[in-house]
Amino acid sequence: MASLAQADSRGLFSWLDRSHTVAKPGFSRWLVPPAALCVHLCIGQVYAFSVFNLPMTRLIGITESAPDDWKLTQLGWIFSIAIVFLGLAAAFTGTWLDRVGPRKAMFAAALCFGGGFLISAFGVHTHQLWIVYLGYGVLGGCGLGLGYISPVKTLITWFPDRPGMATGMAIMGFGGGAMIASPLSVWLMSQFSSPTNVGVTGTFITLGLVYMFFMMMGSVIVRVPPKGWAPEGYVAPTESKKLITTAHVHVDEALKTPQFYLLWGVLCLNVTAGIGVLSQASAMSQEMFPGRISVLAASGFVGLLSLFNMLGRFFWASASDFIGRRNTYMIFFALGMALYAIVPWTGAVGSIVLFVTFYCIIMTMYGGGFATIPAYLKDVFGTRYVGAIHGRLLTAWSAAGVFGPVLVNYIREYQINNGVPKAEAYSVTMYIMASLLLVGFILNWMMRPVDERHHMDPKDVDA
Amino acid sequence: MTETTHHEDVSGANKIKLVLAWSFVGIPLLWGVFNTLAKAALLFQ
Repeated sequence: MASLAQADSRGLFSWLDRSHTVAKPGFSRWLVPPAALCVHLCIGQVYAFSVFNLPMTRLIGITESAPDDWKLTQLGWIFSIAIVFLGLAAAFTGTWLDRVGPRKAMFAAALCFGGGFLISAFGVHTHQLWIVYLGYGVLGGCGLGLGYISPVKTLITWFPDRPGMATGMAIMGFGGGAMIASPLSVWLMSQFSSPTNVGVTGTFITLGLVYMFFMMMGSVIVRVPPKGWAPEGYVAPTESKKLITTAHVHVDEALKTPQFYLLWGVLCLNVTAGIGVLSQASAMSQEMFPGRISVLAASGFVGLLSLFNMLGRFFWASASDFIGRRNTYMIFFALGMALYAIVPWTGAVGSIVLFVTFYCIIMTMYGGGFATIPAYLKDVFGTRYVGAIHGRLLTAWSAAGVFGPVLVNYIREYQINNGVPKAEAYSVTMYIMASLLLVGFILNWMMRPVDERHHMDPKDVDA
Repeated sequence: MTETTHHEDVSGANKIKLVLAWSFVGIPLLWGVFNTLAKAALLFQ
């Protein structure tokens, strides 16, 4: 295994090295969450990418789609490729990120994500879709993966007393990024549009440069704590208790433990249920309350879900520091099951308030699942390789990104084709989601501490 | 591993850095939240 010193570079880019990011005395650890937010608020833009879909179907026709214009089905692949490369980049670069430190990783993420936009702008300008796939999808997707996991371990080491709250703050940014990107992109397109241009190229260039700058600021601010550092008054536990270990598990060894696969299943099922609803929220609200929720109001509903998704990330991850990670997920699955099962009833009685309230609570637990998992991994596998293990676990997100929407879409389609009224077509889907959460509950209940034979030798931990 | 306590200096320049860093991320986030709430209000009109 390469030592930390070997990862250091020479010359112009030496300021990116881990050795140059060690905090000097007097550095406040509260500067690290905004550094992480600089990255997560930018990469959270991916959830708002759909605002470009319709304008990109009119790049030639301008006012309406021309025969040579791109189709929505072709454009849908941009988001899918980006999410797949998010998972792949997180899984395959986790060990490298652990070695080189957060600054170099965040810098690389900025170049990839911002660069992805710039390449896509060229693709839009020359009307070559494969360049957009390569730009935003592949390169931007790698930026998403690198940026998502790079600040996690740093935050956990700065906040050993509150790891859930710290990672919750960063991952909250990922949920909030779309709330900034969506209105910003619409405004930029209106500024760059003309009778001969829909304004996507100019918007992509501007966003690429702004995101690159913002993410690089994060890499400048971020610091790692000096060796042996601990917050004032904090005494590190010397003995493992319940699911919280004081040992460390190597990333390769973690993949040999049942705990990794149990947590993979826990994350995948929690995300599948939430993402399935998110992908259909607008249509579902209009079809469950026909004539009462307009298209505009439905977009407000989607925005509200994003807000609660973001708030849940901070709230549940912080709460997990007090009630424990396993208990937090028990609440997600038990309460989630009850809410999914009861949602069809809100449609039957025609209560929009209850419908919105229940979905907002569900969304807090969807976001909470993402934000609590790094601290759960830290409890179970220790801090040494938590970033790399987190990266591998995020493949569960990629899988859920496919399962969730497919499950909701196909079941709805099947129901409607069999004569079920649109307003009731989501009931079966909700009951299936509740059953998925029951499986998640069982997997989480099966979690036990990692067997000692998987623990690292203490003398290898600092290597 | 040896534990060494790190005292944080929360005065002067450090305070300014904290305010600047949190404003840098907080202002765009609040703008996004405000926009979202304004749109969500349509749901209950």
